[in-house]
Formats: sequence, structure tokens, C-alpha cells
Amino acid sequence: MKKHNWKQILRQWDEGRFDLTMALPEQTEPDHAGPDLPYRWDRRDRVRALERRELRLFERMYPWLSALLCVVIVLWLFWAVAELPAFGDPQAPAHNQVMERYVGRGTQETGAVNTVAGVILDYRAFDTLGESHVLFAAATAVLVLLMAAGKEDGEYRRELAIMHTESILRNTVRVIVPVVLLFGLYVMFNGHLGPGGGFSGGAVLGAGLILYAISFGFDAIERFLNFRSYRATVLVSLCFYSLAKCYAFFCGANHLPVIFSAGTPGRIFSAGLILPLNLAVGLIVACTMYGFYSVFKRGRI
Amino acid sequence: MLQTLWENRIQCVAVLIFAVGFSTLLLHRNLVKKIIGLNIMDTAAYLFLTSIGYIRGRLAPIIVGTDTDPSHYANPLPAGLVLTGIVVSVSVTALMLALTIRLYDQYHTLNLDEIYYMALREQEGGQ
Amino acid sequence: MSFSVNFPLFCIVGSLLTAVVSSVLGDRWARRVCMAMVSVVAVLNGVLLGYLTGLGRSVSYTMGHYPHPWGNELTLDSLEALVSVVFSLVLLLCLLGGKAQLQRDLGDRKRNLYYVMAALVQTSLLALVYTNDVFTGYVFIEICTIASCGLLMIRQIGRTTLASVRYMIFSLIGSGLFMLGVVFLYNITGHLLMPELKQTLADLWQSGLYRAPLLTGMSLITIGLAIKSGLFPFHFWMPDTYGYATPSSAGILSGLVSKGYIFLLLKLIFRAFGTQVFYGAGIHHILYLLGVIGMVVGSVSAIREDDIFRMVAYSSAAQIGYIYMGIGISPDLGVTAAVYHILTHAITKPALFLASAQLTDGAGGSKRFRELQGAAYSNWVAGLGFSVGALSMIGLPFTMGLIAKYLFARAAFQSELKMIPTLVVLGISTVLNTLYFARTILRLYNRPKRKLAKPCPVRRQIPYAVSALVLSGMNLLLGIVAQPLISMIEQGLKQF
Repeated sequence: MKKHNWKQILRQWDEGRFDLTMALPEQTEPDHAGPDLPYRWDRRDRVRALERRELRLFERMYPWLSALLCVVIVLWLFWAVAELPAFGDPQAPAHNQVMERYVGRGTQETGAVNTVAGVILDYRAFDTLGESHVLFAAATAVLVLLMAAGKEDGEYRRELAIMHTESILRNTVRVIVPVVLLFGLYVMFNGHLGPGGGFSGGAVLGAGLILYAISFGFDAIERFLNFRSYRATVLVSLCFYSLAKCYAFFCGANHLPVIFSAGTPGRIFSAGLILPLNLAVGLIVACTMYGFYSVFKRGRI
Repeated sequence: MLQTLWENRIQCVAVLIFAVGFSTLLLHRNLVKKIIGLNIMDTAAYLFLTSIGYIRGRLAPIIVGTDTDPSHYANPLPAGLVLTGIVVSVSVTALMLALTIRLYDQYHTLNLDEIYYMALREQEGGQ
Repeated sequence: MSFSVNFPLFCIVGSLLTAVVSSVLGDRWARRVCMAMVSVVAVLNGVLLGYLTGLGRSVSYTMGHYPHPWGNELTLDSLEALVSVVFSLVLLLCLLGGKAQLQRDLGDRKRNLYYVMAALVQTSLLALVYTNDVFTGYVFIEICTIASCGLLMIRQIGRTTLASVRYMIFSLIGSGLFMLGVVFLYNITGHLLMPELKQTLADLWQSGLYRAPLLTGMSLITIGLAIKSGLFPFHFWMPDTYGYATPSSAGILSGLVSKGYIFLLLKLIFRAFGTQVFYGAGIHHILYLLGVIGMVVGSVSAIREDDIFRMVAYSSAAQIGYIYMGIGISPDLGVTAAVYHILTHAITKPALFLASAQLTDGAGGSKRFRELQGAAYSNWVAGLGFSVGALSMIGLPFTMGLIAKYLFARAAFQSELKMIPTLVVLGISTVLNTLYFARTILRLYNRPKRKLAKPCPVRRQIPYAVSALVLSGMNLLLGIVAQPLISMIEQGLKQF
């Protein structure tokens, strides 16, 4: 162990190199950090050397530790699963008065025949409000990341975006896409009556748009869906969603009646806010799906 | 214990899938594979969640006619939660992939270790 | 019922709308709208705080026509309003203080998107603080994750992208575990709303039924939130994340986002698990242990650093350790100390990050200590801001840091087992904090050998000066007259 005088220690402390690991022996041989990257460290600091040694030890131990961790987690979760209520058991605690009201009185209270739609858009609408903004947040973040950074980058991506498509694809898509879009709209409009809703319908719609863009190119789709109309759609849908739900929450919390009535369950124009909300959600999802594709493909919408 | 494990075999499968995803996430150094691992983990959680909603011999929770007797339908709540979860998972996957593209543009590799060492070297070189 | 109970709803929806509208506005207008929104949120929550303190009980606010256990709900009480006020104020000051660096780091990129992300962070923090529903917590955790990643990666240099990837991976593991924990608890209780969850869990704990899933669910949720807030073994993402982000983002992420997760954990402990079940299960011992280790390890790593941002970031890891140690000591005094420290750290850490940015800018852009010699002379406001923050982190008198340490020590005397280790670690950590913060302050106020850089006129950095002076003022004020704040926290915890 080398002796340090106080002045030296003070100076090292001041320069940010002071460490409690001073007493460790100095490492002399140059080292390789990383599998095949000879990486020479110029500053032969003991601190750095220690860090590097930690790193190497960490690298050697890492696979074993991770495998061990996975095994431990599996065993732990099995232990917990073994005590859970049996699968499909009608007496399980999850099927309690909450579920009974959702199913038993849901149609009467929300007007939706599809109780799942009633739950996510009326009983637990706040979650869904957050959920649609998750999509918005992700779309914005992706846009920030991939929006053609410089001119060169933009050119590079634009080159990628020029596609050579076969006539078989075009002719097939010409037949399929209207059906896909129509089906997407159907799923959206029937969200309160049967399986489906804004999220699934929007995903179908988005898939149709992407298919169209793949086969006919972005120029064709930009006739009706460009950056301006994309922004306008998302803006209007999200604002409508937030304001409508804010109104409903406000009325609910202050025990005021809402102007939207549940209507006759089973009719297409029923279930109060659920139909328009499904439409808004569907548009958001469709736009976001297409937006993801477009941004990934060519760096802009 | 083995009997209850067998009864809850769907949840057990979900746990195993979760472990597959988790180990993929931990052991692979390739960023895209890590993202796939994350997705598998999410999917396992949704399988787990969906399996809670199932009740033996009951219908999907969409009211048929005027029959609103809760004892005829499965639990709608887990389905709603899974829906939320899927949307979240799609969003974060897109974000992660976008980050991957950025990182690849900057370092021309997908191996996280190599990227890390390059970044370290960049830092040391900068001073 | 007063009209002011509607304010949280308005604040949450208002900040969502701000985010959406900012995405189509120009840079300048987005900034104005966002700042205005955050200020309004702070004021509205202040009014609510006044009302709730007078009311003396918590109010549950149904989101829609269906009360718990059927519909989503918010709970309002004075502690939540207090935390929201502080968070919104600090967010405002972060945006204000980092304005110059924002312009530099983001270039002529679409700066309005930064304010979109800031508004989303504001929304999710409010929702995390006010929610009465576990699953709503999950949804807004995810918004918070995406938005904070957005704040981080918007500065597109290599290290930042790498840091965002790591941050995202850790965060996603954390939220995945949180979700799995919620699923376990839902499976054995059938509830997602906190009051019913607490009731059912207490019954289950009494009867001993479903013990394994109960413990698993609670621990998964705790681990998930601990990963996201950066407790000791999971703190590796912190230095990169905070060290390479633009200063406003570093302040927001370290001061607010991680605190939001911890506050959600506290809320779950009190409202969803119930203190009896949580502290009966012994999970708090693990939190205590990790917190204590984190305090020391974080500080030691901070001493090793010679990059001022990374040093401050490592110090964050140590401070998170303090908070978890408080949670681990006891549910009354310990948690009081933890909540006080949440506020301390939320006020102090952004001030440190913003001041470091100003100082390094003054010293020619290098973050190394050697280059920072005498930097405080060229920018006295930043020097002052940094010194007050650093002294508070050390725990000198007249700062919030001392009060926090006093509260931790007071809590330690409650527990026979944890008294000695807590006091010893508090001492060690104080010494370590002094080692690295004192050295920085000495550097800053040491006359350099070379010629001093030209003093930066205060006029040119009015936004930063305002934010630094307000943050330092809050720190000193709450450090000198701490009693009202402490009694507010205690009262709030009683209503929890």
C-alpha cells in the first residue's frame, strides 16, 4: 500500500479523482474491454482501472446471473400461480359485484350491448382517455426521432420510399382495400353492438391505409391524407374526446344529468357518447398506425 | 400444489412465456431482439390477464337479446384492461424501434455493448 | 361541496388539451400556452389545497356517474394537493430556467414538440398523484414513461439516444412488473379501485387465504416502481439519463418524474395495500436495506465522477435511497420524513441541474471540474443557485436538507432495530455528500489562474435568474419555517 500525502489527496479530491478505492494495487497491463474491440485507455487512472475491472467481472457474470434471475422469477411466479383461484372457476373472487353490475346493468346504464365497450368507454372511461393519449404521445415521440434530421437523411429515406410494385399487387389491392376500409368502418360503428370498437376498427382502417400506401405509393395517398389532414384529424378527434369526456365526468361528479341518453340498446344510434367516442378513437388509431408506417418509411407523414 | 398448477396451466404457460421474454431481453445484446423480448413479456402478461376473465361454460360478455343475467356471461373487465395494455405495448414498441433506427444511424451497429464502448470512446476522445 | 373539487379534473384534461394543441402551434406559442397551463394548474391546486386543508378530510371524486368500485375515481386530500402544487411550480421553473439551453440543444428542430412532452408529463404526474384506481396508475405511468423519454431523446446526440434506450428498457421492465402485480391483485380480489382493494386485502391477510399471490402482487408492484424511480440496484440508467439530457429535462426527470412514481407507491401503500398488510408482509425491510445501500453507493459513485452533471445525477441515486429508507423505517414518522424529502429533492435537484448548465456554459461548455475553476465569478446567480442546492443536499442549517435529515433521525428513534444503522448511514452519507459538494463549491469560488471569463450579464439570463432565485428562495424559506409544511404532511398522511 502506497503512502499518500495529504496534499496529493486533497488535489485529487478537488479534481474529482478522489476515491475510497485508493488502496487498490495499480494495474499495469493494457486491457481489452469488450469482445473484439481493443480499447486502450489512455488515462491510467486507478479509478478507471477499477471501473474496467468491475465491467469485466460484470460481463463474465452477467449471463449466469440473468439466467439465475429468470429461473428465480419463474419459480416465484409458479409458487404464486399455484395458489390462485382455479382457471374458469365461476366462484373466483374476480367475478364479484363489480362484474355483475357491468354485465347485469351495463346495457341499461350505458346503452351498449357490448359490455366491454360499456366498461372501457363509460365506467372506466378515464383509463381509456389516458390510453388514447398514449398513442398520441408515442406518435409525437416517433415523429421527433425520425423526422428527417438533415437534408441528406431526408434524401436517403426518400430513396427508400420509392417502391417498385408489381401489377399483381396493385390489382389485388385495388379490390381488397375498399373491403378492408369498409370493414374497419363497420367494426368502428358497431363497437357498442358487437365485438369490436374504436381500437380494433382503427387498427383495421390503418392497415388498409398502409396497404394502399405500399402498393400505390405515398403520392397517391397524399391526395387525401397528408401531414395537414393527419394533424387536423388527430387534433379534432383528441380534443373532442377530451372535452366530451370532461363534460361527462364533470356532470357525473356533480350529479348533473348528461344530455346524451342511452337510447334503445341494440339500435345503431344508441349508447350516448360511446358511438362518437368509438369513431374518434378509431380515427386516432388509424392515423397513428399510418403515421408510424409513414414516418418509419420516409421520415415524415 | 401440482394439481392446482395443472388447473391453472394457462397461467403457468403465461409465466413461462414471460420468462422466455425476460431472458431474451436480458441475454441478447442485439437491440431488436431485446425489443422482441419486451413484446413477448407484455404478451405473456396479457395472456395472464385474459385468462382471469374466462369462466367455464359462459358466453362472451356481449348481451344476447334481453338476457342480462350476469351468471350467463364471462367477465368483461379483463378484456377491457387487455385492450388498454395492447395499445400501450404498440406505442412503446414503435417508440423503441424509432430509437433503434436513430441509434443505428449514429453508430452503425445494433449491438448494445459495441454502442456502449463506442460512446465511451467518444466521451474520452472528446476531452 | 365546493366547486374547487373539480379542479383536478380540469387540470388533467386541460394539460391533455394543451399537449394536443401545442403539437400544431408554432414554437413560441406552444411555449406560452404550456407555461400558462402549468401556472394555472399550480394556482388551481393551491386553491384546492386551501379548501382541503380547511375541510380536514379526503374527498373522492367520481369520474363519471359511477362511484367506486365500478367507475374510475380521483381522491383529493391536502397532501396530494400540496405535492401537485410543488410539482407544477418546479415544472414551471424547470421550463423557465432551461430556456437558453433548450434553444441551443434543440436547434431549429420543432421545439413545440418539447412542450407537448412537458404537458404530457404534467398530466401524468397529476393523474399519478390524484388517482384512486390502480389501473389508471398503470396507464398514466406509461404516458409518463413515453413523455419523459421524449423529453430525454429530443436532444439528439449519440449519448442521449443511448441513454434513452436504456431508460426505456428499464422503465418498460418496471411497468411490465407493475402491470403483472396489478393482475395478481385483481385475480385474488376482483377490484381495481383502491378503497375496495384495501378492504379485501386486509380481509385476505387476516384469513391467510391467497397469501402467495398477495405477496407476489405487492412485491411486483413495489419492484416495478422501485426500478422506475431508480432505487439502488436499478440506478444504472440514472447518470447517463440525467447527465446527457438537456438541463430542463434532467431537472424534470430527476426532480419530478421519479418522485411521481414514489408518491404513487406511497399512495398504494396507504390506500390500496393498507399499511398493516404492507408493513406486516415485511417488504419494507427490503426497501430499507436497498435504500441504505443506495445512499452510500450513490454517494461513492458521485465522488468518483469528474463530470458535474453525472455527479449530480449520482447524488440523485443517493437521495432516492434516503426516501426509500424513510418508507422502510415506519409508516408514520418515516413516511413523513420520506414525503418531506420528496419535496426537498424536487426543489433542490432541478436547481442543481439548471445551475450546472449555466456554469458549464459560462466556462466554455466543458463539464469537467478543472474547467469550472472560478465559474461562479462569471455567473453569480448560477453560483448562488448551485451553492444553495449543494448546501441543502449536504444538510446545512437553514436549508430543507437539514430538516429532512432531522426528520429521518427522528423517525429512526422509533425503531429499535433500525435506529443504529440509520443514524450511522445518515452520518456517512452526510460526510460523503460534503466530500463531493464541498469540492465543487470550492472549485466554483476558487480564483482561476488564467483570466476570468467575462461575467455574464444578468439581464441576458433573466428567465434562469428568476427560476434559480425562486428555487433557492423556496429551499431556504421551507428550511427556516419548516413546521407548517411538516404539520401539513402529517395531517395529510392521517387522512390517507
